[in-house]
Amino acid sequence: MPLPPFQEFFDTHSADVFNFLVTRVGPTSADDCFQETFLAALRAYPGLRPGSNLRAWVFTIARGKAVDAHRKAARTRAVPLDGIEVAEAARPEPVEVWEPVAALPPKQRQAVAYRYLVDLDYAEVARRMGTTEPAARRNVHEGLKKLREVHLR
Amino acid sequence: MNEPFAPEVAAAAERFARRAAREGLIDIGYDEVDSPWGRMLAAASDRGLLLLLFPENDVEAHLRGLAARVSPRILRSARALEPTRRELGEYFEGRRRNFDLPIDWDAVLSGFGRRVLEYTSAIPYGQVRTYREAATAAGNAAASRAAGNALGANPIPIIVPCHRVVRTGGGLGGYGGGLPRKEWLLDLERGRPGLLS
Repeated sequence: MPLPPFQEFFDTHSADVFNFLVTRVGPTSADDCFQETFLAALRAYPGLRPGSNLRAWVFTIARGKAVDAHRKAARTRAVPLDGIEVAEAARPEPVEVWEPVAALPPKQRQAVAYRYLVDLDYAEVARRMGTTEPAARRNVHEGLKKLREVHLR
Repeated sequence: MNEPFAPEVAAAAERFARRAAREGLIDIGYDEVDSPWGRMLAAASDRGLLLLLFPENDVEAHLRGLAARVSPRILRSARALEPTRRELGEYFEGRRRNFDLPIDWDAVLSGFGRRVLEYTSAIPYGQVRTYREAATAAGNAAASRAAGNALGANPIPIIVPCHRVVRTGGGLGGYGGGLPRKEWLLDLERGRPGLLS
């Protein structure tokens, strides 16, 4: 399939990329990383092979920008998330998780981490948490809402 | 279910659009423009207009076509289409007779079809020419039907005024946007009173 118009690609993935960045660098830095991610994507876009996995591609860029932001801030530290194989998503860059994610109630923390750190779809998040897809969605939703409240406070 | 960060995402998207424009990363900008028939969609490169769609046209399919043919760096941009919005508004109100908007001819069409449309874009406001005249001007007097096809596929109606091309003998001929619109546009240009009330 030929590349869709960039706006279509942007509309499809922008909210997910933003949420992902919130979980990686926090709501304050998320916007800067978001800008860097999509500007880099827009620059490279015409050279992309038609049929590329656009979601995987933009998340790779976003992950890189999040790592850059951590390096720049020189406050890289790992916060363990018990029971979650963060490593499977985070390789090869260092595993670091924004502290407030770690402070979420267990189900929300787990759901947010599976969704945005391990990059699983809702069906898979539900499977791993032994729950239903709507419940997984709700947990992610509530977790993000809490992150936003913490940020706005 | 509303995304918790929806307001932040919307603000980030706006900032991104501004930065992309400032850094010259948009090859094609598009936006909606008002018309008497509802919202039309216009698209332009930095060389000029590429597309003007009637409300019922398939926006996604046309933008995908541009992405494949011209460039996939296509973004919504109110600013890029501001002159188009203004001039079309004035035209529909009967206050403008000529468009000063450049057209990106190289990206629009080539060969015979392009020559037909270029000829058409020079037909003065309020006047009409025939398919045969358009075909002759484009270099093939026998190709009236091909000229009609090129006009029917005109990607920038109104601004490239294909409504000003009619049949020899006075018949209206066809129109990509439907014959009632062709009549409406010709009436507008004849200054028929009461049309806009």
